[in-house]
Amino acid sequence: MGYNPDKPMEDRITDLGPPHYEKFLPPVIKKNFGKWLYHEITQPGVLMHKSETGDECWTVRCGAARLISIDHIREICDIADKHCGGFVRWTTRNNVEFMVDAKAKVQPLIDDLKSRGNKFPIGATGASVSAIVHTQGWVHCHTPATDASGVVKAVMDELFDYFTSMTLPAQVRVALACCLNMCGAVHASDIAILGIHRKPPMIDHDAISGLCEIPLAISACPLGAISPAKATNSAGVEVKTVKVKNERCMFCGNCYTMCPAMPLADPEGDGIAILVGGKVSNRKSMPKFSKLVIPFLPNTPPRWPETVAAVKNILDTYAKDARKYERVGEWAERIGWEKFFEKTGIPFTIKSVDDYRLAYDTWRTTTQFKFTSHI
Amino acid sequence: MPKHDTPLLDELEKGPWPSFVTDLKRQAATKPECWDILGQVELSYKDRITHWKHGGIVGVFGYGGGIVGRYSDVPKQFPGVAHFHTVRVNQPSGLYYSTENLRAICNLWQKYGSGMTNMHGSTGDMVLLGTTTPNLEPLFYDLTHELKQDLGGSGSNLRTPSCCLGKSRCEWSCFDTQALCHFLTNKYQDELHRPAFPYKFKFKMSGCPNDCVAALARSDFAVIGNWKDDIRIDQAAVKGYIKGEFPSNGGAHAGRDWGKFDIQKEVIDLCPTGCMWMEGDTLKIDNKECTRCMHCINVMPRALRPGKEQGATICVGAKAPILDGAQFATMIFPFVNVDAESEYEEVVEKIEKIWDWWMEVGKNRERVGETIQRVGLPTFLKVMEVEPIPQHVREPRSNPYVFWQSEEVEGGFERDIREFRKRHAQ
Repeated sequence: MGYNPDKPMEDRITDLGPPHYEKFLPPVIKKNFGKWLYHEITQPGVLMHKSETGDECWTVRCGAARLISIDHIREICDIADKHCGGFVRWTTRNNVEFMVDAKAKVQPLIDDLKSRGNKFPIGATGASVSAIVHTQGWVHCHTPATDASGVVKAVMDELFDYFTSMTLPAQVRVALACCLNMCGAVHASDIAILGIHRKPPMIDHDAISGLCEIPLAISACPLGAISPAKATNSAGVEVKTVKVKNERCMFCGNCYTMCPAMPLADPEGDGIAILVGGKVSNRKSMPKFSKLVIPFLPNTPPRWPETVAAVKNILDTYAKDARKYERVGEWAERIGWEKFFEKTGIPFTIKSVDDYRLAYDTWRTTTQFKFTSHI
Repeated sequence: MPKHDTPLLDELEKGPWPSFVTDLKRQAATKPECWDILGQVELSYKDRITHWKHGGIVGVFGYGGGIVGRYSDVPKQFPGVAHFHTVRVNQPSGLYYSTENLRAICNLWQKYGSGMTNMHGSTGDMVLLGTTTPNLEPLFYDLTHELKQDLGGSGSNLRTPSCCLGKSRCEWSCFDTQALCHFLTNKYQDELHRPAFPYKFKFKMSGCPNDCVAALARSDFAVIGNWKDDIRIDQAAVKGYIKGEFPSNGGAHAGRDWGKFDIQKEVIDLCPTGCMWMEGDTLKIDNKECTRCMHCINVMPRALRPGKEQGATICVGAKAPILDGAQFATMIFPFVNVDAESEYEEVVEKIEKIWDWWMEVGKNRERVGETIQRVGLPTFLKVMEVEPIPQHVREPRSNPYVFWQSEEVEGGFERDIREFRKRHAQ
């Protein structure tokens, strides 16, 4: 029994797909599937869903690191076995949800969660900061410009009170992607923390012919900065390779993705950009992209104080100034981006003026503007 | 495997948010390779750069995705992470689990991997983080034989579809997102496991325009619940909100004193189409003017509900900025039936039409949204055999450079310059 390396294809099973979700639904969910009438957040982190059958599903939502151990998952299972009939779920923002079918079961569950140190912070409902969705960073990725889990931990420590309360004008979605590939799809987040490179790739003439298809490396560049070249490798042999017009490079890293002989990561070159004002929901205003407001902050492990302070400042300014129901981007558009920069005290630099494709869409072509300290 | 000193990472054990460092140290008691994860990440914290080599092609026989190869560039220092491949396990729709299933996954990963996971990866999979090449086939064998589960997608495949929790616990979901997600994932197992596309292709399903899985921002094919008829109103509950008997927005703003609820200021004046008003104490909605943004429903969940004629809007071509800039998905099909009885015929037909075209004309590493940009939306609409409607654009074009076709113009494009010159001297 089990895998036989001598006959790898024996008894092979493929294309099973995922397990059917129905067998993982708690009984109260299964019974009331499609029958929910309304919901209410009764306290931060606690949701009550009311069914037309009269049933109630009570959910306690807890924050979690995205990077978690099987020991931690087993502890989650212990809690779910004890309180929730052996079922649990995750949200799309890495939060863990424990569901019970009666109000009386909520407090014992909360008491249990709170007795376990800081492992299960309760919150992430309503006008709060939910957990940060993020990428791998230095714990697993080969192209990052910053870490992910560490930056997220440092930022969430600072934003913790916003996670466990509902005092903001609207929900705030913070996301982190550790390079411009944006596995974390941070391009439509209220506040996006984005790892960026600032040095063009180096070219490893010793390795390039063995590692890369040179035409693919050349076509990987969206700005045509890479061209064919010849160079002498360290053995003194002339080899076919590429050269990079550094002044054309926008540091996207796509060449490195296609060609491992063109690394661009660098301790001084890499760091973090902050983008704000994106949203996905169609509520009130249409979905919006996040906009670049801070072009660069250095990588300062272990706690990235500059990034933490920048995020906190934007959030505090928004919390004070925005109207009820206004997302960060809606607030910035109402007051005007010139006011956003003035109120947050973030210096406006030429790096926030778009010069890439479709850039013209973002230039101001009206006499309507506000006189701020910038003028 | 020896412990490593981790003075920098130890700083991340402080503070109120759960610490992945503390968690890794706990797991190291039974999975000592976690010390080498800590050791290598500590080195990255010191050097301020990653220590993973570029790529690495590994997998299981017969599949072209689901495993992401990873190797340390300092393997002598940290042999426990010399190989550190990722295994993507296809998650169940809506991310519900039984503890029995989760424990089985944990036991599998105790046996074959580092003990560390991501719950979940950005696309939606359960991510098992860190194993060796020799462990891949035995792990896959146990995963399929004992757990009856399968890998998710990676590379130029259909990526693992994902959805919001839909009708299982949300009153707004306009179709059963979990059922559609499960159906499509199973129908397209070949596309998910064996790369045949120009680049990745993602399905995401959200039950309503609140779009909790960010389908509009992240998926090549976004199915977003919508309705066609009138918002359902419970006028008694509207009065309840006005009197302050129910908290606004389901209690989402309860942490701060925003003053007494004001339906005029908080609902009617914020409606983007201005299609609501009060007549006495009765709320009126001019539904044919409504664009279904969900704001009023979000604010008064006990009083307002989406209409009963429900289906989905399909938008195509979202992606993150690499390379030509970020794109939201473009609205192509305003309202389709999401119908399990017909095996989702209306959805499936659209998917396959897009794939047939994109697999032919899409360039290597070109997302379908970029292909549409390259050929233009008019061409894509023709390919999809969709009649153009004003809803396809935010506003009409402001330049006159229309690609007229020869057959559209009287007499066609072929003309005789000599005939022309007889009447018009040069």
